[in-house]
Amino acid sequence: MNIPQELRYTKDHEWIRVDSEIAYVGITEFAQGELGEIVFIEVETVGETLAEADVFGTVEAVKTVSDMYMPVAGKVLALNPNLFEKPELVNQDPYGDGWIIKVEIENLADVAGLLTADEYAALIG
Amino acid sequence: MKNTPFTAIHEALGAKIVPFAGYNMPVEYSGIRDEHITVRSAVGVFDVSHMGEIWVKGPDALLFLQKVTSNDVSKLEIGKAQYSCFPNGKGGIVDDLVVYHYEHQKYMLVVNASNVEKDWNWLVENNTEGAELENASDNIAQLAIQGPKALETLQKLTFTHLASVPYYGFVQGILGGVENVIISNTGYTGAGGFEIYFYKEHAEKIWHALFEAGAEFGIKPIGLGARDTLRLEMGYCLYGNDIDDTTSPIEAGLGWITKFVPGKAFIDRSVLEKQKAEGVSRKLKGFIMIDRGIPRHGYPILDADGNRIGEVTSGTQSPLLNVGIGMGYVATGYDAVGTEIFIEIRGKAIKAQISALPFIKK
Repeated sequence: MNIPQELRYTKDHEWIRVDSEIAYVGITEFAQGELGEIVFIEVETVGETLAEADVFGTVEAVKTVSDMYMPVAGKVLALNPNLFEKPELVNQDPYGDGWIIKVEIENLADVAGLLTADEYAALIG
Repeated sequence: MKNTPFTAIHEALGAKIVPFAGYNMPVEYSGIRDEHITVRSAVGVFDVSHMGEIWVKGPDALLFLQKVTSNDVSKLEIGKAQYSCFPNGKGGIVDDLVVYHYEHQKYMLVVNASNVEKDWNWLVENNTEGAELENASDNIAQLAIQGPKALETLQKLTFTHLASVPYYGFVQGILGGVENVIISNTGYTGAGGFEIYFYKEHAEKIWHALFEAGAEFGIKPIGLGARDTLRLEMGYCLYGNDIDDTTSPIEAGLGWITKFVPGKAFIDRSVLEKQKAEGVSRKLKGFIMIDRGIPRHGYPILDADGNRIGEVTSGTQSPLLNVGIGMGYVATGYDAVGTEIFIEIRGKAIKAQISALPFIKK
């Protein structure tokens, strides 16, 4: 199972890549595998400022639908424009081209409270 | 949780296994979409050994079946199968099933896995005719070999001429060196193909023979996920979703298996006959999404003004059409093909349209 060391994780299987206040959020390889083929990503919170653990969108697989949650408080800047035509990118490259939203983090210190790769690996066993 | 005779094979193939109807069942192998397309374009194999098989035998078998099932068993010839349901005495449905006329005074009922015990109890309770009942569910394995290459695959394994087995007909023969295999021209996919029944000790032998015979066609194992998307593209009912103890066969569009013929005094005949004559207040219909969204079981169906007019019973993204499709009960008046309806998806009304079934043409 691929769990990149440089990312932080939530118990709801989102990851966040923090370079500066601008960060990228997606779902983990484990999550995409559990969902199966993703056919639709819906994010209608672009432009909104959300609290930690707020729902920022939903991911639809053939069999099921699941909410996605903000890892930390912040403003949703954009939805990955490639996912409208190719939602399967989330399956194929969940940590890369399959990123879901770009966010502006309210407080960088919040990131420290998220799971490390090792902690997330332990969570999913 | 029970295993089927194939569970070890599924695990070895890397299937995602889920508990379903009391069994560890494969939900997907290579992915629902890939499996779905495999069945539509070539051939796939489903382990459906969880299904229940109940024998009904003896001189009173026909009379008993005419009472407990909705279809006309007196018209069912030996070697033919018939889709039917058990009315529940309250206008609802105990289960849907396929009745096989196996030989003189001997029928096999194939019922849903989740309902085997309920069906068995229902049959025993209503058996005032004294038919001989036997629950063979734990001894019989079942595979569905479905798709345009299913016949060619199976034909390599048997001398029985399969092209001459009519739709909803069956034969018993030797398949892959195993005797007494029931080979039935039936299925739940609309892709053509057969369902086979045999004693579970032959499971591995038959599985391997099938995959060897189908290798040149790209045969693949298919899970419950694609089974659901395939049946939904055809508009076939799934018990527990589209039909249950509270839905009548007339509401569910199963009037064609509800036969009000002279002399057939079946359970609920009078209430169903009245529904057929006077009409029902809701009907199970197929619909297709016009705007983007995927309908799911339980989502409300609305009219243009936002009034609730029904509920989705099944839905998915059609892998073939790449659009959301579903079925649901709608109030009479909204049931004509082409009627604009709305599906409430996460608080928003998304436009859809009542569609003819099946969603795809063969």
